[in-house]
Amino acid sequence: MEPKETHAITLNVNDTNYQIQILPWVSLLDVLREELHLTGTKKGCDHGQCGACTVLVDGKRILSCLTLAVMKDGSAITTIEGVADGENLHPIQKAFIEHDAFQCGYCTPGQICSAIGMLKEGKAQTREEVQELMSGNLCRCGANRGIINAIMEVKEGGCHE
Amino acid sequence: MNNFSYTKVSNVQEAISELDGDIRNKIVAGGTNINDLLKYFITKADKLVDINPVSENNSIIRLDNGGIRLGALHTNADTAYDPIIEERYPLLSRAILAGASAQIRNMATNGGNLMQRTRCYYFYDINTPCNKRDPGSGCSAIQGYNRIHAILGQSENCIAVFPSDMCVALAALSATVNIMGPNGERNLAFAEFHRLPGDTPNIDNNLKHGEVITSIDLPRQGFEKNYSYLKLRDRSSYSFALVSVATGFEIENGSIKEARIALGGVAHKPWRNTEAEDFLKDKEPTRENFTAAATILLEGAKGYQQNAFKIELAKRAIIRNCFMALNPESQRPGAKPSL
Repeated sequence: MEPKETHAITLNVNDTNYQIQILPWVSLLDVLREELHLTGTKKGCDHGQCGACTVLVDGKRILSCLTLAVMKDGSAITTIEGVADGENLHPIQKAFIEHDAFQCGYCTPGQICSAIGMLKEGKAQTREEVQELMSGNLCRCGANRGIINAIMEVKEGGCHE
Repeated sequence: MNNFSYTKVSNVQEAISELDGDIRNKIVAGGTNINDLLKYFITKADKLVDINPVSENNSIIRLDNGGIRLGALHTNADTAYDPIIEERYPLLSRAILAGASAQIRNMATNGGNLMQRTRCYYFYDINTPCNKRDPGSGCSAIQGYNRIHAILGQSENCIAVFPSDMCVALAALSATVNIMGPNGERNLAFAEFHRLPGDTPNIDNNLKHGEVITSIDLPRQGFEKNYSYLKLRDRSSYSFALVSVATGFEIENGSIKEARIALGGVAHKPWRNTEAEDFLKDKEPTRENFTAAATILLEGAKGYQQNAFKIELAKRAIIRNCFMALNPESQRPGAKPSL
């Protein structure tokens, strides 16, 4: 096998620019965790089935495990490490604590990034629609009721920027 | 993943020249399926050609004939939520939103949706024989676990199903696929795009190596008054269809002027039979007529050990969805049953 070339890319992650040399087959998830040591984003299935790796790319929620980092050159990425405002937790983070929206916590970073993306999309009106549009994030502990309660509180409070 | 090189192109001509007709050079757009297939070593690539910067294919435009052109690079989410699509082609919008998850719909493109591959468990398991993955090795599903497999149009070589929801609606709408290749442009009627497995189940569709899908055209008729997409599955969201149905009616003075019915989850391509649609023409929308149409659609259906239930399920789903199309307001998120 002939050696394949690396690519120089710039990623803006949580408002910090990173310049990295990357092989084309490396996922955005692996770059975040292994290169940038931002281990809040979790690797669950690594095949786009569980949602644990959800991050926001240019404001949209996507799966970082099915994204090649080289394809996101120049993009702005928000991970769980970047959703709080300094010491002030994001409203979704606060609501997750209030509603006990986790047990083991492994799916939580993906759930929170997904919920922030979903509220920004503005397509879910009812609880049933919120459930439907959060179905890409699995919680094997079964904390779904708390998760949806937390999201509904923030959604109805209207404060989710 | 195997080691591949990567190049980004800014127009279709460049993409075609980078592909160079070589099967090991692959297009990547949303990446939701190909990156997964690469991880499992089901697809191997020498080079990925990233077409995302091809801006001319990333829009929704109105056509002079009253139809709409969907850019191949427009995402599934942006297409489903586009105000024109929601208003004039709600069947398409509903079908897209019944598929995958919100994150995947944000990534996946319209062209890529057509190019996704089956989710047959044996196709995905490289330790088992599969004629689609490894031609001539045999089909593990026919004698194996085949709950999600085909009941129509299958062959003794392959009983895999095409998993898309979006494409079921595109089939019902009689869309057209626009293609660019080394020899210029051509287009395929949607029914001609995907193919049945026959003796070559490794070939999913009639796109040739080196060709690129540029857009998908919708005709003027969107069945926006009477439409419904019903998806039946083991889990009520984020799961592939056991059976899905896209139905559109044009109703005038209490009788059906035009009917469209396409099925998903039952064959190697979205399944339509114009005989069933012609039968409904100029008839009243009654249970009796819907049942007769469903029977025509399921003619020749053949089940296997675990999926024979799909034949009756599909019949009932067709009838139910015909009633839901009479009252589109009855639809629920994710194309769940409503009656």
